[in-house]
Amino acid sequence: MDSIFQGLGQAVRLIFTLDPDLYEIIAMSLRVTLSAVAIASLIGLPLGAWLAVNRFRHRRATIAVLNALMGLPPVVVGLFVYLLLSRSGPFGVLGLLFTPTAMIIAQVIIITPLIASIAHQAIRDLWAEYHDLLISMNATRGQRIRSLLWDGRRALLTAMLAGFGRAIGEVGAIMIVGGSIEHSTRVLTTAIALETSKGNLEFALGLGVVLIALAVAVNLLIHTLSGTERAPAW
Amino acid sequence: MTRRLVLLLAVVFAGIVAASARAEPIRVAVTTSFQNSGLADVLLPEIKADTGLDVQLIVVGTGQALRLGAAGDVDAVLVHARAAEEAFLAQGHGLHRREIMYNDFVLIGPAGDPAGIAGAETAAQALQRIAAAQVPFVSRGDDSGTHKKELALWNAAGLAPTGGWYRPVGAGMGATLNTASAMEAYVMADRASWLNFGNKGGLALLFSGDPALFNQYAFIPVNPDKHPHVRADLALKLEHWLASDRARELIDGYRVNGEKLFTFNAKQP
Repeated sequence: MDSIFQGLGQAVRLIFTLDPDLYEIIAMSLRVTLSAVAIASLIGLPLGAWLAVNRFRHRRATIAVLNALMGLPPVVVGLFVYLLLSRSGPFGVLGLLFTPTAMIIAQVIIITPLIASIAHQAIRDLWAEYHDLLISMNATRGQRIRSLLWDGRRALLTAMLAGFGRAIGEVGAIMIVGGSIEHSTRVLTTAIALETSKGNLEFALGLGVVLIALAVAVNLLIHTLSGTERAPAW
Repeated sequence: MTRRLVLLLAVVFAGIVAASARAEPIRVAVTTSFQNSGLADVLLPEIKADTGLDVQLIVVGTGQALRLGAAGDVDAVLVHARAAEEAFLAQGHGLHRREIMYNDFVLIGPAGDPAGIAGAETAAQALQRIAAAQVPFVSRGDDSGTHKKELALWNAAGLAPTGGWYRPVGAGMGATLNTASAMEAYVMADRASWLNFGNKGGLALLFSGDPALFNQYAFIPVNPDKHPHVRADLALKLEHWLASDRARELIDGYRVNGEKLFTFNAKQP
């Protein structure tokens, strides 16, 4: 138990001593994860809505695969992206390996199925409700998707925050494609792994508390900005 | 709500674009023991001050470091597994192998020493006692330089370690030490990582000093003929620094708890 209390103490000290290295690592964590969430949302939200309103062959199988991909093992994604971006791989000429961009690519692959699956679930329920109305208004497919996305925005926000949660705490993939280079691609999770490997367990736990605090802060900020839990139902 | 979210997204994208412009640094794949010993933290700022090189370390096991070198993903490697290094050179992946420094491996175990290895004459005898006593032994099991060395030592002791007491964990030095600490098991580590390790628990250094435990680090610049983008010029500049008197002073002078960890032994050509 002593170690845990020391870890909490370390966290408080870390946050209030304004250690520039720590803030650099936090900034990198946020930059990578928020970028990944933004890109994955641009792909995942419309994909989820499209799957909800369209009927096509193998739809059930497509949705099942998408749901299964929510459980993609990050290490495998990391390895896959590494092989693509390696100098000996197909996209090696771009020189993206061990850069924040490589980390963003890996995270987009990890969280897009998650965001798309949650969005699909939410939009499907909404579509059941709106179906007759939108059909009778003779809305085009694009119009249907747009109105469903807009009216389901609160649920879609949840999808994005779920993606954020998975990405900010991810370590396996970004360790492989980012390399955890100090002052360059080190993020909170890889710093925690590094300190743990040095046996500095209290310091590692302190960083962990900072990571959790950061996730809570981002969630609170998004909820405040979007005014959830305040406005009347919609 | 939309306008605020759009603004937030815009800020994020601006961040991505702004971050893409950056000076070209040199990337070196190094072993976990080099980083965990703390020596990297001493050398890197000096290298930057003396040569202007921004050395970016990719910290992995020797096996993966050589893979990264062969793929051209790093400009040089600093590793410790002679046979694997020579195979790397034979395949034309590296320019040459330059010995820089050495440290040594030590055998760690529960302070009570149930296998009685503290009184062993040689490393081989110590391992034979561990095997005979069937006490838990945690192995790196990750094809790293340390792992290869451990296997060579078992081989020299005339043993093939198998059975429930022998536990390969497939992890880096630090994670392996954490496991050994939690299990109160025997483990082999490089002296530097052990001294710097913060979670020793009930473990103690029980055996060291056999020349068979010698651990040579070598620097290999990646061959630019295979990968034209590799910055061999920067790698050679770094190698020159690592073999310099300045490096000798820093490496030989590096102490943890008053103990010298590394011995510089680079030869001038």
